Amino acid sequence: MTKTYPKASRPSLDDVSVSIEKGDFVFFIGPSGSGKSSIVKLMLHEIKPNKGKVIVNGKEISSMRSWKIPSFRRSIGCVFQDFRLLPNKTAYENVAFALEVIGKSKAVARRVVPEVLELVGLGGKEHRYPHELSGGEQQRVAVARAFVNRPLILLADEPTGNLDPDTSIEIMRLLDRINRTGTTVVMVTHDSNIVNQMRRRVIEIEGGRIVRDQARGVYG
Amino acid sequence: MRAKYVLAEMLVGLWRNVTMTIAMIITMIVSLSMLGASLLMYMQVDEMKGHYYEQVEVSIYLEKSIQDAERSDIKSKLDSDPLVKNVLWETKEMAYENFKAQFRDAPDLVNAIGADELPESFRVALHDPKKFDQINATYAGLPGVDTVVDQQKLLQKIFDILGSIQNLSLVVAGFMGLAALLLVANTIQVAAYSKRREVAVMKLVGASNWFIQAPFVLEAVFAALLGSILAWVMLVVGKVVLIDGKLAALTDLLLPVSWGNVNLMLPILAGIGSVVSAVTAWVTLRFYIRV
Repeated sequence: MTKTYPKASRPSLDDVSVSIEKGDFVFFIGPSGSGKSSIVKLMLHEIKPNKGKVIVNGKEISSMRSWKIPSFRRSIGCVFQDFRLLPNKTAYENVAFALEVIGKSKAVARRVVPEVLELVGLGGKEHRYPHELSGGEQQRVAVARAFVNRPLILLADEPTGNLDPDTSIEIMRLLDRINRTGTTVVMVTHDSNIVNQMRRRVIEIEGGRIVRDQARGVYG
Repeated sequence: MRAKYVLAEMLVGLWRNVTMTIAMIITMIVSLSMLGASLLMYMQVDEMKGHYYEQVEVSIYLEKSIQDAERSDIKSKLDSDPLVKNVLWETKEMAYENFKAQFRDAPDLVNAIGADELPESFRVALHDPKKFDQINATYAGLPGVDTVVDQQKLLQKIFDILGSIQNLSLVVAGFMGLAALLLVANTIQVAAYSKRREVAVMKLVGASNWFIQAPFVLEAVFAALLGSILAWVMLVVGKVVLIDGKLAALTDLLLPVSWGNVNLMLPILAGIGSVVSAVTAWVTLRFYIRV
């Protein structure tokens, strides 16, 4: 699969082929501009490949009709470096919002949201606003929002990029716990500490090409 | 639950840019009431054409030196003509009486005309007033005929004036309508921008497109409905104050505007307004909120 951005002189991802099994925990590492973030965007159908296919959950999404994309995205949870929480909503409301806008009832939200907030370790802080929470706690809210719908895949784009090392480790433990429920976790990072500690599959990308794919790898 | 959410979001959106919402509604009122006025005028001119053309006549004026044989020849020709509905022979005396009645306010004029100076004529009503040319061709050259005059030509001038007023209000409605459309597009962009975080999250978690777009489209439709109702109120006020009030004296000539037609404007304006704004809002969002 190849992706070239308009006006770019060389492809961002050049003839990359990778397959991730259900239940895997995979790190994509590489320097800035190596093309690792494009992988997340391709899996979300935010961008399309110029050549080749992107198959997620058994569906080829590179040729998917645009009206089918929303329901496809419901099977994927997403966490970003900048959390992307709504500042005028509490932790509870932020998570409930993700359910409400895909048509779940308030009753479902009342049952599921406290559960998932408890899971990410935010029990008792449901009614805090994002600015009343630390960075790590905000990221936990984001993970709760990504996971509340029980997605098959959790995409994490530099989730620890804005956090200190100790908080990062806590977030990683959380992602590990989610992975153990059977959810595939795909994480893009350049945090060598974390990669070395987790000892999971590592795929290294450089200049748009895969230079290493190691089962229990380190940052190298 | 979903409908409640969408409606609540719509009201929040309208209130957040309340000045823009008011500007949007005002331009809609002006453009829709101009559109309504010109539609009413169009219907009115149509009705008046029907009304007057039924009464309109062709006058065949006869020469003073006409012979009895020539007159009865013309008369029998008219009676057997399939284009003619009915014929009235206006003698010199009748013409003078009509003239006196018509100009009773100007006795000098009446006194200046002798009783036998006015020409006698046939007043001919046609089945189809537009076939004047054929009548003119048949009768103008007959011996004893002076001129053939079509009253429709006189009415045509009045209708031309009404037509140009109608065109003018259509042009104004068009320009104001364009301004209203641009304001709708702008308002929707501002609304979408002020909710960009929510929209980004909704797209991320897989909210359907209609669910993301519906509150914005409904904002535009709501403004259009409010605008069209107020535009209709303007038309009602216009009818009561202007047509039935100040210009009441003219309604002998112009025919009154019926309530039925005025009321018909409400669904027409509401329909045109809301469909056009919904489409504008939707197209704006297509460019603004890409999936």
